[in-house]
Amino acid sequence: MANGAAVGDRSTLSRPNLPALFAAIRAAGYAIVAPTVRDGAIVYGPVERVEDLPIGWTDRQDGGTYRLVRRDDAAVFGYNLGPTSWKRFLFPPHERLWTAERKEGSFTVTPEPTDTTRWAFFGMRACELAALDVTDTVFLKGAVADPTYRARRSRILRVAVQCGQAARTCFCTSMGTGPAVTGGADLILTEILLPGPHRFLVEVGSPAGAEVVDRFAESLSPAGPDDDRLARETVERTAGSMVRRMDPTGLRDLMAENLDHPRWEIVANRCLSCTNCTLVCPTCFCSTQEEVPDLDVRSVERWRRWDSCFNLGFTELHGASVRKSGLSRYRQWLTHKLGTWHDQFGTSGCVGCGRCISWCPVGIDLTEEVAAIRAAPRSSGVEARGR
Amino acid sequence: MLGDRTGSPGGASDVPLAPLPYQVRSVVRETPDTATVAVVPRGSRRIGPTRPGQFVMLYAFGIGESPIGVSDETDGVLYHTVRDAGRITHALTRLTPGDLLGVRGPYGHGWPMEAARGKDVVIVAGGLGLPPLRPALREILRDRDAYGRLEIVYGARTPKDLVYYAELQEWRRRADLRLQVTVDAAGRDWYGDVGVVTTRLPDARFDPERTVAFVCGPEIMMKFTAQALVGRGVPAESVWVSMERNMKCAIGLCGHCQFGPSFVCRDGPVLSYGELAPRLGVREL
Ligand SMILES: Cc1cc2nc3c(=O)[nH]c(=O)nc-3n(C[C@H](O)[C@H](O)[C@H](O)COP(=O)(O)OP(=O)(O)OC[C@H]3O[C@@H](n4cnc5c(N)ncnc54)[C@H](O)[C@@H]3O)c2cc1C
Ligand code: SF4
Ligand code: SF4
Ligand code: FES
Repeated sequence: MANGAAVGDRSTLSRPNLPALFAAIRAAGYAIVAPTVRDGAIVYGPVERVEDLPIGWTDRQDGGTYRLVRRDDAAVFGYNLGPTSWKRFLFPPHERLWTAERKEGSFTVTPEPTDTTRWAFFGMRACELAALDVTDTVFLKGAVADPTYRARRSRILRVAVQCGQAARTCFCTSMGTGPAVTGGADLILTEILLPGPHRFLVEVGSPAGAEVVDRFAESLSPAGPDDDRLARETVERTAGSMVRRMDPTGLRDLMAENLDHPRWEIVANRCLSCTNCTLVCPTCFCSTQEEVPDLDVRSVERWRRWDSCFNLGFTELHGASVRKSGLSRYRQWLTHKLGTWHDQFGTSGCVGCGRCISWCPVGIDLTEEVAAIRAAPRSSGVEARGR
Repeated sequence: MLGDRTGSPGGASDVPLAPLPYQVRSVVRETPDTATVAVVPRGSRRIGPTRPGQFVMLYAFGIGESPIGVSDETDGVLYHTVRDAGRITHALTRLTPGDLLGVRGPYGHGWPMEAARGKDVVIVAGGLGLPPLRPALREILRDRDAYGRLEIVYGARTPKDLVYYAELQEWRRRADLRLQVTVDAAGRDWYGDVGVVTTRLPDARFDPERTVAFVCGPEIMMKFTAQALVGRGVPAESVWVSMERNMKCAIGLCGHCQFGPSFVCRDGPVLSYGELAPRLGVREL
């Protein structure tokens, strides 16, 4: 690779050489955040070494269930998604926006210094790249771009992995977001466990990815036609194994026309308004602001914190909430995700990652709710309107 | 048609969510719990010019921010009429001349002044709905010939709750507009009309097909007023209402102000009844 790697180049990386990829990413100036096992789940956090990855672990997921179990091999990416999403590294759960100080009868506002960490998101799944597109639209493409999201987003490296398996909660094929990685990544890995030695197909997705590849080209070998085929088959197998489905056709109108559907009552009777689904969802973006004054109110800090449309106080107006009932709050969540998101951002707010299904303590499953509404839609619902 | 409804969402600040320091010039007590606060920049930086119906975030230092409408902007002075409704607005209504506060904005889409030109204009205000309508009214009065008939209906709970009392008297005397004032309940010392605003609408004179209506007040009042206007033949698309929702950011990023597909802070607060009618019929949307 004397002339350097180019977008679209494919090569093979042997499993023993995986640390060379870590080293190259670091040498290119990134800190690595990756899946790692913590408190019985696979979460995303800063990692130092390849050994910090969940090697030989997998997850068993279903409605209201998440469990880690040992695999009978040493797969590096043999699991799917945990409760964290990459969102938290671009839009942190709690962040200081500015500090203000009283001075000579006035006040001065000092914005929080820009976070200049260059994160490599190591192990992004196809659905997560789609979620990144969604949050980019929300935070960057509106009338006002969010400056802290923009600063962090401009510095990341996206190292994607094509899924070698799907969890029972995954439904990316329905939402058209996975499991194949079709763009939006700097590097794309596919793990090949068998036949032959444990290895990865490495595809260059962008100039930033090419720069990383150039730093460890000596650890790579040209990809053979077999590896290309095996990678393709891996993704096809994963897609074929997907058990959950959600018919995405006309979801926007289906939601708008069924605001008075009896199903909302049934799901509201189960929903605890615990906010878990909004916390694990890779696209939920709601936040609130908190004013933190010091003792003599000479200086104050302004913080932004994740909020949830399931919180009763979220819609407080004149001492009462607009959405008092659990029904209205669940309905807001689902109709926003699948319906009005299209009006607001020209895309679905759901990428089919299934996190909200696993982490719902009572196992509410949006694919079931949508199917129930679709099976018996209201004809008398509110008319869907164009903008 | 909506060209004049564009705001300047970023405001004057480099940090979209950071307020600029302002100070209180004067305070007028309107009612026992409501005050009009006039503010000017404390320093060289100010927010951009406001359009009728837009709002700002007013910041009580160390307490927090509330969305508050602009009730007038004259010679660089911003006027805000605030009702003491809780922690933040309590602090804002207690301000005295010289006090410091923060302002960011202006935000949102206001009244479609351009669409009203050449038309009869019906302005219906309920309670504290009058302040955000005042800049529209003043703009019409400044260029009176550009509009047709001007009908104003203003309702409050009791005579004590009427704001801008002196100005109401002045408007009442004008020949180029008609002002009806009504209260929900009054004692013997009130000789005016008693009843909710919708009871005064049949008396309003306008040519429905060429009328634009601006309505601001409690949601239920706006809904019934809009229905009554549409009932009299005004096209739903020509009836405009100013929505209120909880707001934290005012720039379309925090999610709090959603009303169906709309972000009230960014797409509103003024929205057409034609667009909103189906949503206003849904409970707890
Ligand atoms: C576009 C717009 C324009 C407004 N214009 C005016 C005006 O010109 N004059 C005026 O007096 N009031 C106006 N309001 C209402 C005013 O913003 C609320 O009364 C105020 O935010 C209440 O805050 P608080 O801390 O005093 O009350 P609290 O009841 O203590 O507030 C509790 C919480 O609820 C929130 N909250 C409560 N009511 C509202 C509300 N109506 N809107 C948004 N958040 C709310 C507060 O932000 C706070 O987080 C306007 C509201 C909107 C959305
Ligand atoms: S939803 Fe699809 S892309 Fe996402 S983890 Fe599951 S299989 Fe992979
Ligand atoms: S709604 Fe559920 S399945 Fe869809 S993106 Fe959010 S967490 Fe994933
Ligand atoms: S107030 Fe934050 S999105 Fe409208």
